[in-house]
Amino acid sequence: MDFQLDKQHEMARRLFKEFAETEVKPMAIEVDENEQFPSENVAKMQKLGFMGIPVPKEFGGQGCDTLTYAMCVEELSKVCATTGVIVSAHTSLCVDPIMTYGTPEQKEKYLKPLASGEKLGAFGLTEPGAGTDAQGVQTRAVFDAETNEYVLNGSKCFITNGKEADVYIIIAYTEIATDAKGRKKKKFSAFIVEKGTPGFTFGTKENKMGIRGSSTYELIFQDCRIPKENLLGPAGKGFAIAMHTLDGGRIGIAAQALGIAEGALERTIEYVKERKQFGKRIGDFQNTQFQLAEMATKVEAAQLLVYKAAAKKSEFQANPKSGISYSVEAAQAKLFAAEVAMEVTTKAVQLFGGYGYIREYEVERMMRDAKITEIYEGTSEVQRMVISANLLK
Amino acid sequence: MALEDYKGVYIYAEQVDNVLSNISFELLGEAKRLAAVLNTEVTAVLIGSNVKDLADQLAVYGADKVIVVDDPELKEYRTEPYAHALASVINEYKPDIMLVGATPIGRDLGPTVSARVATGLTADCTQLEIGKFPLVALPGQEQKDNQLLMTRPAFGGNTIATIACPNNRPQMATVRPGVMQKIDPIKDAKANVIEFNPGFTPNNKYVEILEIVKNTVQTVDIQQAKILVSGGRGVGSAENFKLLDDLAAVLNGTVSCSRAVVDSGWKPKDLQVGQTGKTVRPHVYFAIGISGAIQHVAGMEESDIIIAINKDENAPIFDVADYGVVGDLNKIVPELTAAIKKALAEK
Amino acid sequence: MRIVVCIKQVPDTKGGVVFNADGTLNRGAMLAIMNPDDKAGLEAALKLKDQYGAEVTVLTMGLPKADEVLREAMAMGADNAILVTDRVLGGADTWATSTTIAGALRNIDYDLIITGRQAIDGDTAQVGPQIAEHLGVPVISYAEDIKVEGDYVIVKRQYDDRYHTLKAKMPCLVTALSELGTPRYMTPGGIFDAYAKEVTVWGRADLKDVDDANLGLKGSPTKIAKASDKVRKGAGEKVVFDTTEESVNYIVGKLAEKHVI
Repeated sequence: MDFQLDKQHEMARRLFKEFAETEVKPMAIEVDENEQFPSENVAKMQKLGFMGIPVPKEFGGQGCDTLTYAMCVEELSKVCATTGVIVSAHTSLCVDPIMTYGTPEQKEKYLKPLASGEKLGAFGLTEPGAGTDAQGVQTRAVFDAETNEYVLNGSKCFITNGKEADVYIIIAYTEIATDAKGRKKKKFSAFIVEKGTPGFTFGTKENKMGIRGSSTYELIFQDCRIPKENLLGPAGKGFAIAMHTLDGGRIGIAAQALGIAEGALERTIEYVKERKQFGKRIGDFQNTQFQLAEMATKVEAAQLLVYKAAAKKSEFQANPKSGISYSVEAAQAKLFAAEVAMEVTTKAVQLFGGYGYIREYEVERMMRDAKITEIYEGTSEVQRMVISANLLK
Repeated sequence: MALEDYKGVYIYAEQVDNVLSNISFELLGEAKRLAAVLNTEVTAVLIGSNVKDLADQLAVYGADKVIVVDDPELKEYRTEPYAHALASVINEYKPDIMLVGATPIGRDLGPTVSARVATGLTADCTQLEIGKFPLVALPGQEQKDNQLLMTRPAFGGNTIATIACPNNRPQMATVRPGVMQKIDPIKDAKANVIEFNPGFTPNNKYVEILEIVKNTVQTVDIQQAKILVSGGRGVGSAENFKLLDDLAAVLNGTVSCSRAVVDSGWKPKDLQVGQTGKTVRPHVYFAIGISGAIQHVAGMEESDIIIAINKDENAPIFDVADYGVVGDLNKIVPELTAAIKKALAEK
Repeated sequence: MRIVVCIKQVPDTKGGVVFNADGTLNRGAMLAIMNPDDKAGLEAALKLKDQYGAEVTVLTMGLPKADEVLREAMAMGADNAILVTDRVLGGADTWATSTTIAGALRNIDYDLIITGRQAIDGDTAQVGPQIAEHLGVPVISYAEDIKVEGDYVIVKRQYDDRYHTLKAKMPCLVTALSELGTPRYMTPGGIFDAYAKEVTVWGRADLKDVDDANLGLKGSPTKIAKASDKVRKGAGEKVVFDTTEESVNYIVGKLAEKHVI
């Protein structure tokens, strides 16, 4: 067991940190305030290979592992959680399923431009009536044998990178099967859908509490025709694909939550060293010291869980046929890191006092940003279900 | 040849367009002081084309002798012919000490010459003394007297080091402009000129000058200013420097700036104060919207009076300021300008 | 074209300077970085590589730990790396350093050598020109722009109030100013590749045509007599007023008191 990062990961962290501090941090307030998608920084990250970190070089990626990718999301989220989730949604939810399930043609056509940074990706599963409960999905794809196309109808909501993406992974049901007990159950399939496909339009943009710069949109499909070759993985296996994709996504979100918590902790440490009350630095009060100790310990624990889950996924990636599962590790990392993010940012705001409530000091943004990590890509309750299901199986 | 056979304090008399640079006179002042301790003479080495006329000015500022290397190849500064000229003078006349200005020219010429004559060179000195090396006698090591002890900042101005060159001659240093004091001019002094030409045959090291472009903007020498009104990143924009221009105007001062301002393109590089800019020691230095990074402080901390205006009460500039005012420069500076104008009018 | 960029690992003096209790610099506690001017020089070399095609080799002299800056340089796009390290080379001043690096460079074919103008730990700006002198090639220091035309480099070189555009035949040495351009970032994949590559390590025995008398601490003509933490003038008064008027009156009062106005 080795708790020491090797040199290439140390250097990768330095790169992400430098980029985050230099390019991302100065924009963070504006991105939040104006709900502004950070296009310039996304373009820079695309150029630098940040959008294809765990993808093999032959597919236009950087040939690094999941840990490197998680560290990238972590460092970006320390200064701007919006920027962190853009990378996470793109990599975990769009690049990863194509890398895992795509045909050679799909990899050539979609994975390469996504990983090399020419195109941005998104993923659509959630619908107004289907969040945690996937069976509620109403979006339907019907195969038209005459044209060899699937005809997609329905809508997806709360989609990260919504209007900014070029390529979308869309989950729709393609069949309603009846099981042995006579219960009806939808069978899902996954599709690669390009922006600009006739019948694919955007609905309203969501006005959110946090991660306000990520472009969150409703996607609408009306008789949208998808060529059969854009079916991702086998027909009817869409649910498994979505679940596997979310397992990976949770590592990205866990890294985002970790980054938010670290960012808030760093700012708090700086602040309590300077701010004086009753003639003393507030860092000299034992309450502050104990709070900080608790925050730091939880952040450290979250980091270990996140890195462990990332390492497990790397193991899977190195040998996909091994059947290695990282589902529980990812769920634990996300559950814990998200709750730590919420706790640490809330404490940070409290330690900042009145200033903590002021936008300029940024910890209130971190608190708002942290909340979503307990909700998206599986709520904390879903993570508990995943973890306990494994315990009781 | 024995080290004792190297004699005299020499300075490189820098000239550009046949005008002697201020550093030449500053070096002479310092050389004069060192020569008095060593009981020796001060020699200026003047290199250029048609520069002989400048020799008397060097005498006025303390040169006992002036060695003139005059050749058409030396019309514009180029590393090779100038290095050949100075290295040849050193080999021929064997100075004990050779001082060069730490100017863009001197910092190019110095290293090349020191490598050619195989001696050490201490860069960017801010203080020179004659003393013993090692400073205190150490067992088993000879303590040499009458050594040039060269003091210079290092680590971005965080530390200072004193360097000696005990076993090689000449002892070479480049000296920061604006630090050493000129002597009072010796009226009507005439130079004792020695002409020397080692011969100049172009070789592979002679580079060709394709173009010389002088900055069209009238440059001001911030090192000569008695009052500097210096602005930093906190000024906010190139346009906002108008506030500083106005303040400088009423005080008959000059505007300078920090590196951040140059990096942002608000002001030209020749107005930059600090480690990578210029060292200044005006009578009054206003630091306005300057946080006071150590690299900046290294270039201005010798100022007589430092007045800082900054909205960040933790800005390190307040650690060196004689008078620090925490506040918004956009409000204070215009009113300060008006108040000074009023005070001067009432006089 | 073959370009060698000489780089140095230095403690980061910007912002986070750490002192020991006894007032000496705590190098161990400070981040070790690639010297900024050297990084600008590397960027210039990589730009030339992008533009004209070139093989870029980075070379450093230092402790084994300096391997890090070589990897960083390769992660930015350099093709090969050489680390010159040996106990006998320690404590070198600029003369001994330039002698050592010249000794290493004699083993390599090069058209252009680029060094940074100066390192932020020493600020001497000497090693570049001295290497050129040892190798007998022309030097152009303080380059703001580098172009290549056939066998020649065209360099824009800044002086106080002017710039010269200079043309030199290669092989030659150019020292780079940070004005040459903002260095590019590494790429994540570049970092992994850099660690998969071999760094050539040379010791004293690999240096060509150098005399032991000119190496390391012993071979350094300059000797440190004394090094100390800089004594600074202490802080003066710091005032915070509620109104601009009070602030202005305070400054005007001080200027009058000191007979400035």
